[in-house]
Amino acid sequence: MATFSDTGLLLLITLIKIAVVVFVMLTAIAYLTWLERKVVAHIQSRWGPYLVGYSGLMQPVADGLKFILKEDIVPLEVDTIVYWLAPFLALTLAFLSIAVIPFGESFTIHGRTISFQITDLNVGLLFVFAVTSLGVYSVALAGWSSNSKYPLLGGLRSSAQMISYELSLGLAVVGVLMMAGTLSLRGIVDSQSGFWHIAGVNTFLPHWNIFVQPVGFLVYFTAAIADTNRVPFDLPEGESELVGGYHTEYSSMKFAMFFMSEYANMITVSCLATILFFGGWHGPVFGPYVLRVLLPVFWFCFKLFCFLFFYIWMRGTLPRFRYDQLMAFGWKFLLPLGLLNVLATSFVVAWISSP
Amino acid sequence: MPVRIETNLVPLFYIFGALAVVAALSVVAQRMPVHSALSLIVVLCSLAVVYLLLGAEFIAVIQVIVYAGAIMVLFVFVIMLLNAGRETPSHRSRMARWLGAPLVAAFLLEVLLAIWKQFPAGASHPAAAVDAGPAAIGHLLFRNYVLPFEVTSILILVAILGAAVLAKKEF
Repeated sequence: MATFSDTGLLLLITLIKIAVVVFVMLTAIAYLTWLERKVVAHIQSRWGPYLVGYSGLMQPVADGLKFILKEDIVPLEVDTIVYWLAPFLALTLAFLSIAVIPFGESFTIHGRTISFQITDLNVGLLFVFAVTSLGVYSVALAGWSSNSKYPLLGGLRSSAQMISYELSLGLAVVGVLMMAGTLSLRGIVDSQSGFWHIAGVNTFLPHWNIFVQPVGFLVYFTAAIADTNRVPFDLPEGESELVGGYHTEYSSMKFAMFFMSEYANMITVSCLATILFFGGWHGPVFGPYVLRVLLPVFWFCFKLFCFLFFYIWMRGTLPRFRYDQLMAFGWKFLLPLGLLNVLATSFVVAWISSP
Repeated sequence: MPVRIETNLVPLFYIFGALAVVAALSVVAQRMPVHSALSLIVVLCSLAVVYLLLGAEFIAVIQVIVYAGAIMVLFVFVIMLLNAGRETPSHRSRMARWLGAPLVAAFLLEVLLAIWKQFPAGASHPAAAVDAGPAAIGHLLFRNYVLPFEVTSILILVAILGAAVLAKKEF
């Protein structure tokens, strides 16, 4: 990949990349909350935030100020260390998985190749899954350490839900992995360039995995929504039964951290959906060098935006599952479907690759 | 190329090695079951970092997914479900009080001696390089060791069924 002679320069470039990605993520999270309020409002024939700034565009700033200035209430008899650890864990893990997400191709400047990715791990996809699987702790520990009934129930519920749906999440991508033959996210995107050819004829259909793995995508995205605790799977915070779920006893900035981690997780799973099934940064690319470097990033962000919009759209449309329905759906429908998809894909892959 | 930690990464090995040892001691010393479980997670994650430093990325990630992300989640889940509180220190039996520490010391000494014998001071015996990538491990598992692999999976299935039968008394 990159050919750097100087370790210091490599370190500097990586640090700059991290700073840029964190800044962009924080801004994206802030405006995702604005987008969600606006879109849900319009779905329900309301205006949404419109007073602070043009169309309420400064609303996230006002929200941030509010969170910082609010009184931080710590209930009596909480388990102090774990109570403090949980929100930090949530936010750290949510930001960690962004490190392996490739946002675009690489560009060359002064003979150095710089890629739109903090690091290209050769087990990138598994790294994301490892970090996601640790995310259960933040929820479980927040619920437990609050020393209160509703958060405990909420924490138990969410951990059970997240464990159940992580299985389907993992199974859903096996089909893609078998076709790409690599665990590196960059490699998976590279395997989706060009067009599909059927019997040597160019169909002008992009070579994206969604066209051969529709079932995999369906299982992946359903499980992803459940794993990020979003509607219609947002039982961990079912306010009609649990007050607020695992973060009931959290206030001010610590609550905001849970909130931010939820949105960061939404962005991460949408990034993965784009990379695994929708060709990552691939799209029409033309024009001068600068445009050819920036257009892939634009396509990636555009696809990402579509997924995030879909998330919000779902929230404005669907009612919440009942808890037993949620578990039955995960174990009795999604998991067998994922297994069948793996089986079918492996047969086809073996058939095609056999001489 | 022998397996060896890169020179500028050696400090990381000492940091995470020490962290693993401290956290392992904390697993035993903590009075709250949840704190013990959390310490164990720290041990497992530190070991994952050590694997990573040795260039075994796949093993490192699998270590986190399987141990920290699945098994320990169940531990924490059960502790929460039982709402286990602070442990009350038991009155240790006389035998445990007198024999415990010497036995631990003897065991540690034995391990140290074994390591000492195998790797005498001064001489470096780097392990032979192994390809620890997912493809290599997959080939090993599904070609050379396919029978043990399948037998293990059946064993686990039987264990799951047994647990389910034991837990569900009435049908």
